[in-house]
Amino acid sequence: MSETIKRPKRKNPILKTRAPTLPPDRRSRIALGLVRGAALGNLELQCCAACGAVQYPPREACVRCLSAELEWTVMSGRGELVSETTLHHSQELFFRERMPWRLGLVRLAEGVSLVVHLDARCGPAPSPVIVEAVLDRAGQAALVAKPDGGNTALADEPKLRNFTSDPRFRKVLVTDAKSAVGQAVVKAVLEAGADLVWAGHCEPWKNPPGWPAIAELPKVTLVPLDVTDTKSVNELAAELGFKVDIVINTSEHHRTFGIFGRAGVETARAEMETNCFGLLRLAQAFGPVMQSRGADGETSAVAWVNLLSIYALSNFPQHATYSASMAAALSVAQALRAEMRVAGIRVINIFPGPIDDEWNQLLLPPKLAPSAVARAIVGALKGSVEDVYPGDIAQDWLARFRDNPKALERELGR
Amino acid sequence: MANRIASYDGVAVAVPVSVPYERFSIRGAHWFIARALKALVDGAGISKDEIDGLCVGSFTLAPDSAVGLTQHLGLSPRWLDHVPMGGASGIVSLRRAARAVQAGDAEIVACIAGDTNHVDSFRLSTATFSMFAQDAVYPYGAGGPNTSFAFLTAYYMRTYGAKPEDFGKLCVAQRSNALQFPHALFKKPLTLDEYLNARPVADPLRLFDCVMPCAGAEAFLVMSEDRARRLGLPHARLRGAIERHNAFPDDPVQHRGGWAMDRDRLYESAGIGPEDIDLLEAYDDYPVICVLQIEDLGFCGKGEGPDFIRRHTFEANGSFPFNTSGGQLSVGQAGAAGGTLGIVEALRQVTGQSLGARVENARHALVSGFGMINFDRGLCTGAAILAAT
Repeated sequence: MSETIKRPKRKNPILKTRAPTLPPDRRSRIALGLVRGAALGNLELQCCAACGAVQYPPREACVRCLSAELEWTVMSGRGELVSETTLHHSQELFFRERMPWRLGLVRLAEGVSLVVHLDARCGPAPSPVIVEAVLDRAGQAALVAKPDGGNTALADEPKLRNFTSDPRFRKVLVTDAKSAVGQAVVKAVLEAGADLVWAGHCEPWKNPPGWPAIAELPKVTLVPLDVTDTKSVNELAAELGFKVDIVINTSEHHRTFGIFGRAGVETARAEMETNCFGLLRLAQAFGPVMQSRGADGETSAVAWVNLLSIYALSNFPQHATYSASMAAALSVAQALRAEMRVAGIRVINIFPGPIDDEWNQLLLPPKLAPSAVARAIVGALKGSVEDVYPGDIAQDWLARFRDNPKALERELGR
Repeated sequence: MANRIASYDGVAVAVPVSVPYERFSIRGAHWFIARALKALVDGAGISKDEIDGLCVGSFTLAPDSAVGLTQHLGLSPRWLDHVPMGGASGIVSLRRAARAVQAGDAEIVACIAGDTNHVDSFRLSTATFSMFAQDAVYPYGAGGPNTSFAFLTAYYMRTYGAKPEDFGKLCVAQRSNALQFPHALFKKPLTLDEYLNARPVADPLRLFDCVMPCAGAEAFLVMSEDRARRLGLPHARLRGAIERHNAFPDDPVQHRGGWAMDRDRLYESAGIGPEDIDLLEAYDDYPVICVLQIEDLGFCGKGEGPDFIRRHTFEANGSFPFNTSGGQLSVGQAGAAGGTLGIVEALRQVTGQSLGARVENARHALVSGFGMINFDRGLCTGAAILAAT
């Protein structure tokens, strides 16, 4: 962990809490093509299918041959910083509050020029850089140039840190800390430097392996939380909602039935109660107060993570009702993302393939270790993405889904 | 070099008009353009019905364009143009108006550039200045054109060895010229120390490197020389004019402009060379672009700008009279009118109507325009040579 980021001073309670401001978020529709890659952490630029020309800024036609066949293609990001400036004046509040701000003009190896946010660790122009696509606090894709080599973690650079949801010095609520994934998440966010974790738990009679050790960790506070119970959610939000910087919603209910595997809708309803309505309850209870703290100092409210499933993209008929509840949860999460965006709070959705737990016992490997899910969550917080597909299965399904969603539907139904 | 440009013989430019600038105005652009039109017809001693051609440059007319202005101002022109090219709109308007007059499509063309400046105009205009600006520049720090010119300036300094003092010398000389120009918004002398110690805006740019947006208008008439003589108007001849858009798109950083592509044609059509030019009115929203124009218009070679600045003086009575009314850097940038300021000043100088510092025996004035920072560079360039009769 870098020493460049110091623990921020305690908040002065006399001062007014700042209201969140955002960088400019207006884009043409064609420029929004950049978000597709940035949401996953990829730098994608338009590449002409006819002549191979790479171009930027995004255009409606190939600048070289005028073809309309433009494909968003992953780039290496290698380039040279050809000029730079440090802004001391901006026309927008978001940047005025963060002056001075360093910018670069980069020539990519592909021969296109980019205006980028420039890492302080980059040498003066001319110097080699790597350009990455990130998400800014308005949720829009932005380009960042980092030094070519060395430690280049975004969260370790004081300005670029603005593009991350770094858990360092922050307070985190893990809604279900008792599950295997929940326990792994608690450990991972503490390792990442979180100040405090509120470990949500319900069903006190359950004492799964590992749980006593979690409960004894010094920065962990156990809090009762049943996301299927509105009163429980509201009580917890009233008690500590105004202190939560990051919500990690690990609560899930998973049964493994197809439509004909069980008569009635009780199982499906239970899954919906936790996976979809649980998220809705949490959002209604914790969302508004987090919104108001989107600019509450350097450790403001910053992110909301949902543990969804790759089954949210396309139904896996062997786990039909669980898939349906996750699809519903994804839809709620999209709405929550839109609501939280005004405060610069990022909603991150995690779409793992089958996790290696008791409910996936009968699925063949590869399965995802709970610790791998936790690493993916912390990686997303320290980086600048909003959709994460951890593991080989999730990557495979995502590729199939993007290539042809109807084909994936047939494949999953086999 | 491509085909020779047909001559602009017989075209006269007359009636230089400046509507006094204001830092901020509550009026619309229409007001400033109307004042300019009134001054044009009064100055020419004609009725407005005799204006049968209109060419307008403006950023702040929306939702109107030149079309709406005809009804707004009660004109029925048979030739109409709107030139949305910012700092190049003046030169481009002049070129088009001259051809219209030569072809007989119009007899008297009013070329007017004007803009208002509300307190929030500049931010709103830069936020959505162009699709590329909105998508790929403004979200990066929202510095407006300062960002792009900072890149250009830093690159130029590193590549060609320009020092802050070089840019400062131009700014200080322009201020000295402006002190004699009654419409200049800057009324105080500027010293090199003040220039160098001004607050940083976007490194390496400091405060006095950046134009100050304001409201105002500039205008002139284009007609046949014959008509100008019959009206008894002092006028200049148009000896040559060029324009170019998106020149040298593969240069990683804009270190030269379209002038370098077209200057030979310009001088050839005028039958003179850079050595015959008595004054240069260059587009000066930032001093680095002045240096590019001095180089690309052939007054020195590429990269020799800094040395050229060190060898010359730029006051109206200096060895290289330059932006003799003070330029936008000391008069103010009234939106699109910034691209016509130099034409109007050159016209005054070669017709002996200077309002301020005077260039003695000014026979040939070169005026240059530069406009529309689209992404990482300005796209429109133009230049024209005005000659005394």
